[in-house]
Amino acid sequence: MAYADGDPILEIHGLSIAYPISIGTVRAVESVSLSVRKGEVLGIVGESGCGKSTLGLSILKLMKPPGRISAGSILYKGADVLSMGEKSLLDLRGRNIAMIFQNPLTSLDPLVTVQDHFVEAIRVHEPEVGRKDCRARAEAILSDLGIEGRRLSEYPYQLSGGMRQRIMIGLALILHPDILLADEPTTALDVIVEAGFTELLMKLKRQYDLTVLLISHNLGLVAEMADRIAVMYGGRIAELASVEDIFARPLHPYTRGLMACVPNILLDQKELVAMPGSPPDLVDAPEGCPFAPRCPEVMEVCRVETPRLKDYGGPAAACWLYERKA
Amino acid sequence: MAALVKAERLVKDFPVRGAFPGSKKKYVHAVDYVDLAIEEGEVLGLAGESGSGKSTTGRLLVRLVEPSSGRIEYRGRDITEYPRRELEALRAKIQMIFQDPVSSLSPRMSVGEAIGHPLKIHGLGDAARRRDAVLGIMEKVGLSPAPYLYRKYPHQLSGGQSQRVVIARALVTRPDFIVADEPIAMADVSVRALILQLMRQLKDEMGLTYLFITHDLATAKYLCDRVAIMYLGRIVEMATRDELFSHPHHPYAKALLAAVPIPDPKARKPKNLPAGEIPSAIDPPSGCHFHPRCPYAMPACSLARPPLRDLGSGHLSACILE
Repeated sequence: MAYADGDPILEIHGLSIAYPISIGTVRAVESVSLSVRKGEVLGIVGESGCGKSTLGLSILKLMKPPGRISAGSILYKGADVLSMGEKSLLDLRGRNIAMIFQNPLTSLDPLVTVQDHFVEAIRVHEPEVGRKDCRARAEAILSDLGIEGRRLSEYPYQLSGGMRQRIMIGLALILHPDILLADEPTTALDVIVEAGFTELLMKLKRQYDLTVLLISHNLGLVAEMADRIAVMYGGRIAELASVEDIFARPLHPYTRGLMACVPNILLDQKELVAMPGSPPDLVDAPEGCPFAPRCPEVMEVCRVETPRLKDYGGPAAACWLYERKA
Repeated sequence: MAALVKAERLVKDFPVRGAFPGSKKKYVHAVDYVDLAIEEGEVLGLAGESGSGKSTTGRLLVRLVEPSSGRIEYRGRDITEYPRRELEALRAKIQMIFQDPVSSLSPRMSVGEAIGHPLKIHGLGDAARRRDAVLGIMEKVGLSPAPYLYRKYPHQLSGGQSQRVVIARALVTRPDFIVADEPIAMADVSVRALILQLMRQLKDEMGLTYLFITHDLATAKYLCDRVAIMYLGRIVEMATRDELFSHPHHPYAKALLAAVPIPDPKARKPKNLPAGEIPSAIDPPSGCHFHPRCPYAMPACSLARPPLRDLGSGHLSACILE
């Protein structure tokens, strides 16, 4: 079946991921449901420890041990990723869903030339392809990335930071995947290089017909790239809405807090409104909204019962404030 | 007002060894003739990308790194050649806050010991008085309940608390000049705002002067009175906050400002970025270091280093464009 723009290409239902450790169980991701539409850029935003990276890795069934899925399912074009065997998973990773990470230097092998990185990426999935064909495909993709073909024979240390990150994205796209998972792709980059990379990524998205999952703590970055944004807090989705709605009319008090504490260079901010307290401890977290201890609008019900993510005419939020009014 | 700290023609070259024995010695020109003056009570922002020399400049000012040439003044006295003993005494007055609070704290020292350590080094007070001073500064930076946290170790603290410990340790000897090198770069978004607020509040309460080193111009705009922008070891533009952000002059400063991501989807627009990345500081371009990437470059730009000139009311720019 062919998927058109807007069709749910990746569906996550009631996903929970737990890490059993000596002092209890870390509920890194808890009851997350999310539908990724073909052709969109979906931003997943949150602070460290909110579960955004664990969620990203789980889509490729790559959770770090001892993490395990305790509930839920992930469907890629209707096929259940979590029940796939190793062989189907290998096919899924890279060919259907590719990933780029934060630090290109640790993701590239210092002893391997750029060309051999491409040869490996191609041959894992298509062992019959000869080196010459690999090189031709790599050259073609490098020109899309604005990198000269001669760089193929160089080693990672000979490339600048921005170039390494572009090679990473080239390796991710060489097999023409449907979905690109980008986990903090620009965090290691300088601001001008970051802006250039963002523009390149959006160009490639159109050219390669990609669906992008952008995981980031940087609200500025997602504001510039995403169509929709999921805000995560304490392993759960606190709010899910279009980028316009989330910045103009944030519903969840956590989203509102996040917006108020970020410096914006276009504004003349006399004060940043800081959120008191710190993110929750996810070891055997109690019932109730994870944001309740820091929430300025907390009610009694918030500490007893966990709110579910509900649709409020477009934007969705997991907050008792709206559930009560509705 | 008099300058609290002043740098004149400050230079730092780091030698790098060649690939082969006997090959010609090369230098990274980390700081290349920097002049700046920070007034008492002022927050001067030093902004730039990695490799611009902003951190080295900060370290030179507190004499953690020895300058290759140039002069540093503190309260009108030349401290460039201060001998070790006098330098140690000076360190009670000028302090540094580093980027990563976790690696700045010894895992084997409790919070109380870490914050009290500078007092011990400088031989200030007896044990009881030191304890009081530590508890006092802990309350001031928001580490409360102080007596409870006093006994904690770094691994028991949150990221925000660790950064507060680092700030308390820098302030416990009652310094008046603080070099803060990307103090919030490692912190989470919600913690950043708290640390920035705290730094502002402490500055007013304790009469501090900051050199605030950052790659994040939005943060610089929030905290700083004046901002200097560095590129490949040189200050290319320096102006008051309002001047710099509303009328940037140097093409590099303009590019840097345009590249800052805006947390507002209504502000999306193409950015006209300069080509390429910062070249190596070992063999930088001739003349204006930015000329190979500059959209307005003229033949003159590659010939001589453009001086920092005053465009009026102290707005300095190292660009020959009108």
